[in-house]
Amino acid sequence: MIIVPCVSPDGKPTKSGIATLSALKSGASTPKAVAEITGQPLFKVRSGLRELVNAGFVKQVDDKYQLTPEGSKIVA
Amino acid sequence: MEEKTDAIRLPLIGEKAPDFEAVTTQGTLRLSDFEGSWLVLFSHPADFTPVCTTEFIAFSEIYDELKKRNTELLGLSVDSVSSHIAWIRNVEEKMGVKIPFPIIADLNKEVSQKFGMIHPAQSKTETVRCVFIMDPESKIRTILYYPLTTGRNMKEILRIIDALQTTDKHKVATPANWKPGDPVVVPPPGTTEQAEERTKEGYDCKDWYLCFKKL
Repeated sequence: MIIVPCVSPDGKPTKSGIATLSALKSGASTPKAVAEITGQPLFKVRSGLRELVNAGFVKQVDDKYQLTPEGSKIVA
Repeated sequence: MEEKTDAIRLPLIGEKAPDFEAVTTQGTLRLSDFEGSWLVLFSHPADFTPVCTTEFIAFSEIYDELKKRNTELLGLSVDSVSSHIAWIRNVEEKMGVKIPFPIIADLNKEVSQKFGMIHPAQSKTETVRCVFIMDPESKIRTILYYPLTTGRNMKEILRIIDALQTTDKHKVATPANWKPGDPVVVPPPGTTEQAEERTKEGYDCKDWYLCFKKL
């Protein structure tokens, strides 16, 4: 069983997932920057980003993260 | 003929802790997610048990102090995530204490076996009270084991973290019963020349091998 902190079982981002997407929209691109903006612990941001990538809302390029078109729609 | 065994070698002080991915009350976490922070990984025997409940309340009470020390908490027991959620909701409802840290649901005992948390002579199904303190590189710096019947001392856990962080920062050691603000021990000299010099360096020396200094 995989439990995801940022994506609900119905595939939609949770409250903390939306906070992470909003942080990415505002220009944050690293887990540390997202943690600083959202106030979430770094471990939770790393885990959440992993799940948002798997769900298709975020893409990872090297060590940076950015919104996908699907993720952008959520925080439009 | 060489005998084959399935024995798992336990991680020891000074070694990098084995990474894992585990289901927790705050999502699926990997040990590597905690890199950059100190981490207290601790196991408890079971949810909805009395000593564990007092410990969880006590761990929550030192949570802010741990954060000041760039330290995260991660609990573990061989219970389901639903059981963990029900228990921490009960603790909040009945005792008024919110549990802010994640708890691993180690139903398949994968993590507890990696860290030697099950001691069959105590219980074949429950983890004993282990504490692994890891540094920001996930290196194991302290291991504590307590029996099922003895709740842990939170002040000692904080004291150990203070001592380790002081040691790392100032390249010193800490004497028995040390607490922040107390004099620290200067590492013993390695040569006779250093031993002769040591007494002239302004430290509070009882002899050449036991010198204290204030930070």
